[in-house]
Amino acid sequence: MKTAGASLLAVIVLFALLAPWLSPNVPDRRFTDLLYAPPTAVAILDDGIRAPFIRPWRLVDRLRREFAMAPRVSLRWFADGRLVTADPDAGAPLLLLGADAYGRDVFSRLLHGARTTLGLALVATAGATLIGLLIGGASGAGRPWVDHLLSRVTEFVLVIPAIYAALAIRAVLPLVLPASTVFALLTAIFAILGAPIVARGVRAIVLTEREQDYIVAARSAGAGTMRLLVRHLLPAVRGHVAVQATLLFPAFVVAEATLSYVGVGFPVTTPTWGTMLRDAANLSLLADMPWLLAPAAVIFCAVLGANLVVQGSGRPPVELNGPVRSVRLQADLPRSSG
Amino acid sequence: MIRFLARRLAFAVLLVVASSSAALLLTRLAPGDVSAELGTGATREQIASLRARFSLDRSAPAQLAAWLGHAVRFDFGESFLYGRPVAPLVGRAALNTSVLAAVALTLATIAGLGLGLLTGTRRRGVLPVLVRGISLAVISMPPLVTSLLLVFVAARTGWLPAGGMSSVDIVDASWSAWAVDLAWHLPLPAVALALPIAATFERLQAQSMAEAVQRPFVVAAAGRGVPPAGLILRHAWPVSLQPITAVYGIAVGALLSGSFVVEYVTTWPGLGRLMYDALRARDIYLVAGCAAAGAGFLALGTLAGDLLHALVDPRVRESAR
Repeated sequence: MKTAGASLLAVIVLFALLAPWLSPNVPDRRFTDLLYAPPTAVAILDDGIRAPFIRPWRLVDRLRREFAMAPRVSLRWFADGRLVTADPDAGAPLLLLGADAYGRDVFSRLLHGARTTLGLALVATAGATLIGLLIGGASGAGRPWVDHLLSRVTEFVLVIPAIYAALAIRAVLPLVLPASTVFALLTAIFAILGAPIVARGVRAIVLTEREQDYIVAARSAGAGTMRLLVRHLLPAVRGHVAVQATLLFPAFVVAEATLSYVGVGFPVTTPTWGTMLRDAANLSLLADMPWLLAPAAVIFCAVLGANLVVQGSGRPPVELNGPVRSVRLQADLPRSSG
Repeated sequence: MIRFLARRLAFAVLLVVASSSAALLLTRLAPGDVSAELGTGATREQIASLRARFSLDRSAPAQLAAWLGHAVRFDFGESFLYGRPVAPLVGRAALNTSVLAAVALTLATIAGLGLGLLTGTRRRGVLPVLVRGISLAVISMPPLVTSLLLVFVAARTGWLPAGGMSSVDIVDASWSAWAVDLAWHLPLPAVALALPIAATFERLQAQSMAEAVQRPFVVAAAGRGVPPAGLILRHAWPVSLQPITAVYGIAVGALLSGSFVVEYVTTWPGLGRLMYDALRARDIYLVAGCAAAGAGFLALGTLAGDLLHALVDPRVRESAR
């Protein structure tokens, strides 16, 4: 199960890394005759078996969005720095997942969008983990008043549903910002909102571990607080942090998609999984165009991959807004019964 | 018990005050204000009078203090966006969200616990394996995905309305017709919201049930000759409920954040939608009112979850006394 999840994630990341090579078209290129065109048919049968070729769409009626299959167009492999693309002379693109409202290739945008979405989630996860480690470490190993202050703040952030906090912070900033600014901004917001989830567990572990014999031994051997934290306590929290990071990553993917979907994330011209889903917001069109839901499918795959990894390591993927509260409640039981 | 309740209620009040104050300050300090809604043709006097009407000419702390002073008397100010007092607007949206959340939680509980009992007590068989697989998949579907998927299915088949809370022609229909119409619009968003939570409940119930049936007292009951059905329902099940009631508190948070997305996708006129519109228009008092309502919802839900947890667990019940 763990392997299955890890491979799923690896495939998604690989697709993102190889996006320029794997995508048949430039993601921003608009095929103005192919607005909302369905996926191109790829076939190998045409009077006997041939090399894979496509039957591209030709516009019949722009208003009713009617397309007819055009004659055969051969595929070109390993040309122009791409794995596969349709013969450019034929003027008929290979649209594996159809086209969006502007006639752009959904598949190519999905691959390029993965870079932004996954990159954002990855950086934000790293940030949240780092901040969480710092806060949790300071909380668990520091003086009581530091612990008290940090704990209250993390608790407050944990109680607020993160999506509302992210929405509020993002919505009050200027709406139109360049994509790179949005990237930095969302990374910061996600990292700050995700950090308490890591911090709380780290604090709990540090608090129990600091009483252990090996810590007392290290301290009496003259180790300073910093050395204790980094050399002795960091390994103790590794497992917890790994699980939390694995759960934060898909949560950030979903958060990006949600914010961009409702219009406070990336600008619509930037391909991300969230901005692409905006095309699916048109309910009257969606019924005839299931390929517009492709970003939702890959979001599902990313979350599933992470959940499988976590479940495979023997933990239930309790995903309701972070798994920490249940852990705390269970940990509270022995104390309250004693 | 009284002390426990008092402490939790104090926390609830604190949460409501802190959230609404933070929301108000955040909106106030954001670039742009309601005067932008007047358009470019507005005269300086118009802008000044509008800003004065919403206390934007005072400092942010002074405005916050004044608003809090009024809010304790249930006067939450006026919405610029709708030109009406905030309280009834927020109240109506909060009611809509509560209906959605309550139905979703009920659905999730019935489906999750029922299926969890099945998969927790039977390892083999087509049905348990199927349920387990589906549950693992559904748990990985955020409300954004489930609602889009269901809207797609609804739009494709026409079985259910794809969005909204009522039909356009329902305004002056009778009460019963209105209820039927609501029942027609409710299933889609409620199921979209319930699915991931139901899957979580199913996984938790299955896991805790599988552990519970191996407890010594259950084995002892089996030795006394208690039939399997009684063994599971009367003996093992109550014990296995603990971990589930422990997450009911977070389930409320998940409902609230999930309902934002579901409301947005299915155009359900709830709190999330209202707050979003208010934020974008810099409708400062409406934002604060929505935040207060959301925080209240969250605090009461968490409290209800904890009480439920105490109800099924005698150890927590005792310690809370």
